[in-house]
Amino acid sequence: MINPLRPIGSAFLAFLATAGRLTLFLVNAVSHCVRPPFYGRQLSRQLIEIGFFTLPVVGLTAIFAGMVLALQSYTGFARFSAEGAIANVVVLSITRELGPVLAGLMIAGRIGAAMAAEIGTMRVTEQVDALTTLSTNPMKYLVAPRLIAGTIMLPFVVLIADIIGVFGGYLVSVYKLGFNPSNYIQNTWEFVTTLDIVSGLVKASVFGFITTLMGCYHGYHSEGGAQGVGKATTNAVVSASILILCFNYILTLIFFTKDVSG
Amino acid sequence: MSQDNAAKIRLRGVRKTFAGGKKVVLDDVNLDIGKGESVVIIGGSGTGKSVTIKCMLGLMRPDSGSITIDGHEVTQMSPAEREDINRQVGMLFQAAALFDSLTVWENIAFGLIARNQCTRGDARDIAAEKLKLVGLTPDLLDVTPSELSSGMQKRVGLARAIATDPEIIFFDEPTTGLDPIMADVINNLIVHVNQVVGATAVTITHDMASARKIGDRIAMLHGGEIIWAGPKDAIDYSDNEYVNQFIHGRTDGPIKMAMRR
Repeated sequence: MINPLRPIGSAFLAFLATAGRLTLFLVNAVSHCVRPPFYGRQLSRQLIEIGFFTLPVVGLTAIFAGMVLALQSYTGFARFSAEGAIANVVVLSITRELGPVLAGLMIAGRIGAAMAAEIGTMRVTEQVDALTTLSTNPMKYLVAPRLIAGTIMLPFVVLIADIIGVFGGYLVSVYKLGFNPSNYIQNTWEFVTTLDIVSGLVKASVFGFITTLMGCYHGYHSEGGAQGVGKATTNAVVSASILILCFNYILTLIFFTKDVSG
Repeated sequence: MSQDNAAKIRLRGVRKTFAGGKKVVLDDVNLDIGKGESVVIIGGSGTGKSVTIKCMLGLMRPDSGSITIDGHEVTQMSPAEREDINRQVGMLFQAAALFDSLTVWENIAFGLIARNQCTRGDARDIAAEKLKLVGLTPDLLDVTPSELSSGMQKRVGLARAIATDPEIIFFDEPTTGLDPIMADVINNLIVHVNQVVGATAVTITHDMASARKIGDRIAMLHGGEIIWAGPKDAIDYSDNEYVNQFIHGRTDGPIKMAMRR
């Protein structure tokens, strides 16, 4: 007779083993981020990859999010004649939540997957071993530049996404719903605070770190050929997405506890 | 720790297991490789040839036993110490393992640039020299590995392995997957660079033609141990049944029986 507790215990032990392995990887990776030598070319490449080539997809996501938000808010707020709050809702939602979270999730899909696939392929084709034989630490050459680039660049990407998202709300409000353009801009500008924007950018930095960490971790530990690389890519995107949503709640709690407790 | 004799690489009682110790790949490997010598390790698929070479390279850590390079115990070294040892090492991987994102010259010069041995400009010149040495023309310097045939990739891998003029060069199945003519070209190149660079060479292969051409000495790995080692000419007169079966490629013999067990 099979003990019903056995699979639960087995899954729990596997979770602990993974958490331990991830923690060791994290400590090792961060230590290589602050110790020379630094690979400037690799870092530049990643900065451009994350900061520039993700802009179209993040921008498109942001503009449609802003547009939908304005439209949805209008249909809801019109029921109790609060249409004037649309500008406020759009700017708060975009800067605090939708900007960083949507950009984080899009980048998890685009960058996290690409990193896991690239490093995973390098692992299974012995390119990672080749780095070691060429006196180059793979953690320093492959992982550290990606972590630094993700952490630094995502706030910039989110800042642009914030602007595009708010502009999306403006377009719908002004050209579809008939709002006065200068009133809309004035409402937006007067209502948003520094904390709203900064909290979103801090979130973005954390999400960038999480996404690149997951991409690198799963790619670095992939094995078993093409199937292993595919699995690593999926795991990178899924784990990064879940962690982004978890940390979004934690960071929101940290930044806005005072508002919540009243 | 230093050693008195001239062994460049020495393995003593090397053991490596997988699956929590259930799968023993290397049991008790003992081998001496002299300075400037070319030793070929032969053996069937799955006998642990690649694991042996990975242990020597520091890509895997043996469970027990000793591996010394120039008298320095390398099995317990930190990654930083190992990086220093690897400065005198070159490696040709089975599938070349060229970096996809870099051009041919950047691949060849990678070790030179990583070790700060020269500027990028000088590194490119050295890459062109090494490319010529392996029989390829400089017009390939700026192409990416994906644009090359497998034989060309192997030659570029060889150029990368010798770019830093290493004291030890490892070759992992250098002729696998190549047609006989290209395999012979690679064998000739290995012999040539071995003589030109004057390095200690360790090759693993199950291609006997390649082993006879490349090696000064041949060692056979089977059952997790080196069961025979000697000059390449002596292998034809070996009275070891495993060796005889392997070098003649016979299906009948103790190796097949061992597989069935």
